[in-house]
This record gives sequence, C-alpha cells and structure tokens, in this order.
Amino acid sequence: MKKNIAFVALGLATTLLLAGCASGTDASTASAGDATIEIGSLYEPQNLSNFGGGGQGVTEAFNGNVYEGLFTLTDDGSVEPLLAASNTVSDDGLTYTFTLQDGVTFHSGKALTSADVKASIDAVLADDSQSARKSSFGAITSIETPDDATVVVTLAERSISFIYNLSYVWIINADATDLESTEDGTGPYTLGDWKRGSSLGLTRFDGYWGDAAVNSEVVFNYFTDATALSNALLTGEVDIVTSVQSPDALSQFTDNADYVVSDGDSTTKEILVFNDRVAPFDNADVRKALYSAIDTKKLLNSIWGHYGTLIGSMVPPTDPWYEDLTQVNPYDPDLAKQLLASGGAPDGFEFTLDTPSYDPHPVVAEFVKSELAKVGVTVNINTISADEWYTKVYKAQDFTATLQEHVNDRDVVWYGNPDFYWGYNNPQVTQWVADAEASTTTDEQTAKLTLVNEQIAQDAASVWLYLYPQIVVAASDVSGYPVNGLNSQFFVYDIALN
Amino acid sequence: MISYLLRRSAFLLVSFVIAMVAIFVLLRLLPGDPANALLSVTATPEQIAAAQAQVGADRPVLEQFATWFGQLARFDLGESFISSLPVGPEISARLAVTVPLTLLAFVLALVISLVAGFIAATRADRWYGILISGISQLGVAVPVFWVGILLVSVFSVGLRWLPSGGFPRDDWADPADALRSLALPVITVAVVMSASLTRYVRSATLDVLGSDYLRSARAQGSGRGEALWRHGLRNGAVPVIAILGIELATTFLGAVVVESVFSLPGLGSMLLTAIQQHDYPNIQGVLFVSTLVVLVIGFLGDVAQRLVDPRLRVSISGNR
Repeated sequence: MKKNIAFVALGLATTLLLAGCASGTDASTASAGDATIEIGSLYEPQNLSNFGGGGQGVTEAFNGNVYEGLFTLTDDGSVEPLLAASNTVSDDGLTYTFTLQDGVTFHSGKALTSADVKASIDAVLADDSQSARKSSFGAITSIETPDDATVVVTLAERSISFIYNLSYVWIINADATDLESTEDGTGPYTLGDWKRGSSLGLTRFDGYWGDAAVNSEVVFNYFTDATALSNALLTGEVDIVTSVQSPDALSQFTDNADYVVSDGDSTTKEILVFNDRVAPFDNADVRKALYSAIDTKKLLNSIWGHYGTLIGSMVPPTDPWYEDLTQVNPYDPDLAKQLLASGGAPDGFEFTLDTPSYDPHPVVAEFVKSELAKVGVTVNINTISADEWYTKVYKAQDFTATLQEHVNDRDVVWYGNPDFYWGYNNPQVTQWVADAEASTTTDEQTAKLTLVNEQIAQDAASVWLYLYPQIVVAASDVSGYPVNGLNSQFFVYDIALN
Repeated sequence: MISYLLRRSAFLLVSFVIAMVAIFVLLRLLPGDPANALLSVTATPEQIAAAQAQVGADRPVLEQFATWFGQLARFDLGESFISSLPVGPEISARLAVTVPLTLLAFVLALVISLVAGFIAATRADRWYGILISGISQLGVAVPVFWVGILLVSVFSVGLRWLPSGGFPRDDWADPADALRSLALPVITVAVVMSASLTRYVRSATLDVLGSDYLRSARAQGSGRGEALWRHGLRNGAVPVIAILGIELATTFLGAVVVESVFSLPGLGSMLLTAIQQHDYPNIQGVLFVSTLVVLVIGFLGDVAQRLVDPRLRVSISGNR
C-alpha cells in the first residue's frame, strides 16, 4: 500500500506548492521616489487619537507624519517651528503670539486657520482628555484668534516649556469627527488603509505645504511577537524595524552586511523606584547604599550586551540639562555597607519589590536581589501585572519599592512633585523645578534643571539603573530614518530605498 | 426528528445564554481595572477619573449587564473600552482570517488522518503502519506554537518559500496571496490536529475490521474492500463523526493560538490583545462569536450522527 503513503505526501506537497506558486513578494521593488517603505513595529495604535488613549503606537505612526504641531521635536531633541511661521513672547512671558504658516491645508482640503489651532489645544485640555501632556498646559488662561493666521495664548504664569509642550499638540481640523478611526491633519502623509491587528498604511499627501515626502507610501506592519518581527526582517517582508526590544535577535543582523543596526539614544529609563515616604527609604543614606550595592554596568551588559547607556540620573543625553552623573553613586559594595550603617541599618533589612511581570523587569529584579544580598539586604520579589501596578503602586502608592520604565523625555520635573507616586519630597528641588518653568531664557531653565538633576542624584531619589538603547535595524539599502526616535516618534518622510 | 430538532435547538439557546451570563460575571470577577490600560505613568487624578468614566467602570455592574444584553438582543456588540471603536465590524473583519484558517486546517487534517488512520489500522503489521501509529502518538503531545516556529524557520527563514507571517493588506482580493499567508498556519494546525484524529480513525477502523458483521459479509462472499465500503464505512463513521464536532472546535482554538505566532489579524490575536488590556467589550464579543460557533458545531454534529445511525433515533426520541 505504498500508494497511500504517497497520497499523504502528495497532499502535503500540493498544499505547499499551491501556497508557494505565487511568486515571493519582496518588501520593496519600486524605484526611489515612489517606493513603498515597509516598517515593522511592535506598537499598534489602540486608536488614532492622541488624547483618547491611542498610546505609543499612534505617536509612532502619526507624529510629524500625518499630524503636525506648531513646533516639532527633532530627532536630536531640539525644538523647531513647524506650523508656526513665527512667534513672539511678551516681556512678562505671559502672552505668546503665533503666526501660522501660509498655504497649509488639511488632508480634507480645508485651509488651516487659527480656529483649528485653538480647537486642537482645547481638545488636549478637555475634561475627558487622556493626553499625557494635559498637565503641562495648566497655565493657559485664554486662547484668542484675532485673525485667521494669528493665535494668541495667554498664560497665568511664565512657562518656558510652553513652546516645547506645543510640539506634542497635533493640529487637527476643528470640523473633523471620528478621530478614533480617521484623521484630518496637515502632515506629509494621509492615512491609507488601517487593517487592525495587522498594518497601517500612510500615503504621500500631494497637497502638502512643505517638502514632499521622498517615498510615496509607508506601511507600518504590526507584530505582537519579537521573533516574528525579526523573521519578517530576515525574509524581506519589512525593510526596517522601529525599535528592537530584546538584544537576543540582534546577532542575526550585526554580522550581516545586508543589514544596518543603529544604536541611538532613547529616552526610556529603567528605574528602581523607592517609595521615599516610607522607612527605610525615607533615609537618603539607605537609598544611596542600595545604589552603590548594584553593579549597574554588569546589569546593562547582561540585558543589552554593549548597547544602552548608564546616566546616573533621570536625564537622558538628548535633554538639554543632561550631564554624566554616573560617579555620584558609584558601584562600591564597601561604601554601600558604610552607608547602610550610617543609615541605621548596619545589619541590612528586608523589603518587597513590586515587579511588573513583563520584560525586562523580572530579570532586573532577580539581578537586584542577588546584588543586594551581598550587602545583607533581602529582597522579596512580588510579581504583579501592569494593571495591578497602576492600581497598587501608582494610584494607591501602596508599595515599598518597584521597578518601572519611564519613557518620556524631559521628565526629571516629576521629582519636583511631592504627590507623585515615588514620594520624593525635597522643597529645594520643588522650588527649582518651579523656578525653571518660570525662567525667562532656556539657558536659565537649563541651569535650574541641571541643579535638580544633580540634587536628585545626590539624594538617590531613585536608582536609575540604565537608559535603554534605541536600536533600529534596517536593510542596508534603506536610508533617511530617525535613529533616536524620542518618545516613540518615528519620522518616515525622509526614508528612501537606494 | 422534528421534535428532536426543536428540543435540541432549545437546548442550544439555553446553553448559549448561560454561557454569556457566565462570561460576563467571570470577567467582572477578574482582578484588574480596565481603566488602567488607558493611563500613562504621568496620569493626573482627573485623567484617572476620566478613564474610569470612559470604560463605564463607574456604573453599577447590573446596569452594565443590562446594557450589554440589550445590545446583544439587537446584535450590537458595543464599543471597545480602549479604542472606542465598534466591536462587531472588527470581529467580522477578523473572521475573514480565522474562518478560512480553521476550515482549511480542518479539511487538511481530515484528509491526512483518514488516509493515515486507515493505513495504520489495515497495515498494523507493516513498518509504515507502525511508523504512522508512532508519529500520531508523538504528535498528540506536540504544542501547536512549536510546530509553527519550526515550519517558519524551515520554509520562511531558511527556504524563503513562504511568508513568515502577516496577511495581505487587501485581504482576499488576491486569493493566491491570501492562501500563501495562510499556508504555514494551516499546515501547523492541521499537522497537530491530524495526530489525534488519526488515532480515532485507526481505532474506529480496527473496531470495524474485527466486527461480526464484517466477518458475516466476508463469509457471504464479499471482497474485503466491498465489505468495508458497504458495511464498514457507515459503522465506522459513527464514532468518528461524534468527535468531529469536538475536533472542529479544537481546530478553531488551535487556529487562535497559531495566529499570534504568524502575526495574523484574526480572532485569536484580537482576544489576546483584549485580555491584556482588560477590554471587556472586545473579550465578550470574541467569546460571544466563538461560543456560538462551538455550540452550533456541536448541534450539527449531533444531528449528523442521528442521520448516519438509525439506532440513535430510537434511543433518544423513542419514535422513528
């Protein structure tokens, strides 16, 4: 009965053949200028609104590509005008007057006016707004539109970050509806097909007011699994991966001339967060002791190989007030023991570390546990879901220590808020943060926040374990992509295939 | 038969309603706050309150329940907590992936297992009969995702014959393209499913081969093939049909697992994301559809069995 076996084999072979008979599709075959760029990402938007819980994915796909702000945060961290052609600030720093770019139209064809700008800022400030930037605009008292090209914003107090914060406000057609599943922005691309769970396409907008995008179409392909994402890059189904979250897969690309691996600066910090309100972490010496007991260099190496950076504080290199503070709390177990003694815990102590259950936190927790054991401090790892983290740690502030990644740039200012979940309360720092915001020049702001940065490092307000690398992997014939991707931005309009 | 169908349909409806109530209650008993999925690590107290309002978690559970069942009665699956987008259209879009994947895998598994099971039974003394039995024993223990990973590394990353994942953006506009995307997932599910099915077919065939009626038929002069065809097939089919319904439902679940390995935008990946985000309307919507599918399959399986086997009609309904 050999025939029967042959039949089984034939069935399998036919299926494979049927499937394989259509020719293999390469990610890109078109000439430069009308190329389709296939991007692979792990961050699918939950919806398309950035003040309705769209999350990281919508920032990545839309910021600067589909929607634009009055200003933009460039890939190297500086703020430049975009839809604002010019702006003036009154001497008291309370009145900002913006003149809009000429000839800007929305994708629906409507011309941009000051009314759209006002409506867009109002939407961020609305009661039901989930915008992460809502709290940054507390100083706004009024927005006026004297004519179609002018917007006047009045503040209750000076706010030197106001311009920077505006780079996060998408200017949306005031008449647009259904912003969860459609868009109406002014950017170089319009939304093509959004196939939920799979991909989101962007199509070059021919009526764009600025320089046209160098490619005609960009498709974000979404994956839930990092291995599947690497495979798609290996098989040519995608040209570029926005951010690699695990170094395990990198070796396939680093030794391969067909790919380029770039190591940029992210703004994501992995932090061992103490609850600075409760013993023993209300004592700076104890916090500093733990900082010096952990070999952060070894930790970063074990997780990321030779990628990533040690910064010794909350401030990444792309923030204007960055300085290298890695030596403020050096790795030194003997010093750690001395500090424990002066902090009133010569024989060590025991504490619970609330550890989010997703990578990299469990691995980091194990490492911290073994390092602290060497200086007599016992760590009990309590694994919790992301959901529990919000309920227990963030909302109820019911914790002794936890691990968390903080992704935003310029977020050192949270150490000036005594009510924040980590409970760091240094009136001097709170004052500096307030003064920095009330500065008349960015230099003054930078000086104040540098002081804040140094102070929180000296107080070891938290242990800033390491700064994530921003690893973009691309096929070697792709150019013009951002390498830092600050706050998950990923500008695609300069990406070309050569 | 008519009264049986009516009673069986009533049973279907009641079990469905019970399942829906259970799903709703169980979700509410799970720890966790769906509003959390909307927050960032810089959310203000007002934003936390706004998120609570957006997901309706601040309304009484009974009210939420009444709303949901009212919507269900109008075939409206509500809106996602997280995306605020309607659940129904998204489920239909994803069924365009999951249904073909399930059916193709099921048919392929059926073909493989009928042939392999028959050979394993009739050639139990030959090396290849023994080999097939052995492989099917082994196959029962193999996890679906592992087979998927293996196939991807051979046929996509290694040979570059087939895509490693994803689904065409224009869905089924180019059927060949869509089939290429489904090939590896279909084979993955089919291979795993056919392992257990092969064993059922094998034992059903062995039962028939050793049965009295087959011996009688042979004694009356029928050839082996003819006897099997005229008497064996229908008898052997009864136990196989009985488990086909269950197997089809299992294939559906296998498809759901495989979707995440192959990044397919099907029901499975939708459910996974929804669970991670505590997105109750999406979870309820997916479970609504999949429960309905499984119950209907069970119903059709029962009816098919009665059509094949007259003895069942006597024992259950007592009339012919």
